[in-house]
Amino acid sequence: MRLARIAPLLVGFATVALALAVVEILLLTGMLNPFVIPLPSTVLGSFGRLFEEEQLLERLVMTGSEALAASILVALAGVALGVLLYKVRTLALATEPWVAGVAAAPVVLAYPLFLVIFGRSTATVIAMGFIAGLAPVILKTLEGLKGVRKSLINVGLSYNLTPSQQFWKIEFPAAIPTIFVGVRLGIVFALINLIGVEFLINFGGLGQLINDLAERYDLPGVFAAIVFVILVSVAIFAALERMERWLRPGR
Amino acid sequence: MSNGKPRDDCTMPAAATKLRLAETVEPVKEADLVIDGVTMRFQTREGGVTAVDDMSFSVERGEFVSIIGPSGCGKSTVFNILGGLVRGYEGKVSVGGDLISGPHPSIGMVFQEESTFPWRTVLDNVAFPLEVKGVRKAERYEIARHFIEMVGLKGFEQRYPAELSGGMRQRVAIARTLVFEPKILLMDEPFAALDEQTRLLLGDKVLKIQEELKQTTLLITHNITEAVQLSDRVIIMTFRPGKVKRIVDIRLPRPRTEDIISSEAFGRHVAEIWNDLREEASRGMAESEDGARRGRH
Repeated sequence: MRLARIAPLLVGFATVALALAVVEILLLTGMLNPFVIPLPSTVLGSFGRLFEEEQLLERLVMTGSEALAASILVALAGVALGVLLYKVRTLALATEPWVAGVAAAPVVLAYPLFLVIFGRSTATVIAMGFIAGLAPVILKTLEGLKGVRKSLINVGLSYNLTPSQQFWKIEFPAAIPTIFVGVRLGIVFALINLIGVEFLINFGGLGQLINDLAERYDLPGVFAAIVFVILVSVAIFAALERMERWLRPGR
Repeated sequence: MSNGKPRDDCTMPAAATKLRLAETVEPVKEADLVIDGVTMRFQTREGGVTAVDDMSFSVERGEFVSIIGPSGCGKSTVFNILGGLVRGYEGKVSVGGDLISGPHPSIGMVFQEESTFPWRTVLDNVAFPLEVKGVRKAERYEIARHFIEMVGLKGFEQRYPAELSGGMRQRVAIARTLVFEPKILLMDEPFAALDEQTRLLLGDKVLKIQEELKQTTLLITHNITEAVQLSDRVIIMTFRPGKVKRIVDIRLPRPRTEDIISSEAFGRHVAEIWNDLREEASRGMAESEDGARRGRH
């Protein structure tokens, strides 16, 4: 039975290894251009160099702290604004299409504006991440609260709950699964934009590293850094999933 | 509006004696719930619809009354009015002499739809009403455990609703309503989503609980067997607008056991109610088919 559990994991790793091996062979036989795509083995070999020479860990800590700050802001402000729109119906009717518009817009293009306001600094990076992640959290919070089953609301009414009890004991917990979908989306949007802005303004952690390596035409380094960012994203996603299971027991 | 000629349908001699005794020493009856001339109208795009029309009846203390009627007859509207969840009706509803103007603390409601909180364990679901009243944790858990045992869910205290069957979840909802010991229990088709066998078994459970707590109970249902199995009286409603068509006294001995369902008297009651209900149900079906036809053209 243990095998049945680890088999998907093994197959997953084997597929990646096979794909890398195929690319390696295609590059070695000259069917792919090694000036465009570096050898996977060289990319893997570059990781040590990135840690030693390019302060990968320090950069991870820097981007990580920016991401954490932006994520906390996104979750707190997004949920609070979602609740506000739920409570003030007119405000929701007036602004919901705008918020949906922002969620669909390529917000990253607004970076020069933030550059002017906050300068080439951590604040710009965090602000960009925050703006990019906010809309999905607001929309999903509103959707979650509006979608609470009538029967659950009626249970609260039948017990004569105060409006505050009704909200905190029934509506909010009932909306948590949907709110969490928004928070997860918001954090992912924030992370993507954060690294994108670091890359664009050549400031900060991992985004700047990718930019630096690209300008030096260090292809194996660029690919290794990108793979590293992907691995970090996977780890964050897994952590969020765990947190979600803890926050919504029994579902 | 009773049928006027009660018949002694008891086939068991002991039960018959008990019933005769009950007839000679008539207990003082006290109405717990009085519904007086209640009418409810809704505005729709097609105009005004009278969902409930001049309904009057009362439920005595400790009595088990069912309201039965075809789909769309306004049963659930009556449930929501009695529970204080809707306003804007004409007439009066009083509980133990108090006119109600919202959810009344003496009334506990069990809803037709799934209403357990998925994020709470069985124990925390059942303890919920006590929690919002500010009862200490140890005390509320102790009370909740008692009612969990009463509905037959001992051992499931730490499970979440998603881990239980539909019948078990509905029992959690019943225990949650019983936990604050309401004087009157209102149930809106609580077993509608369950299969027939589970429904019968749960009916037995409800009977045992009602006998133990001596609670005044009003059940809304569209299931004739369920109504006869559980009730002292069955109120038959007409199809739109919902009115009281007839009130049938169920003269079956109590405590009612599982074999009551196979008795001749039970079958007679079912047939009697169906006779009244058939006409209303046919009218309801014809109207909904007409509506569908009109909608298509």
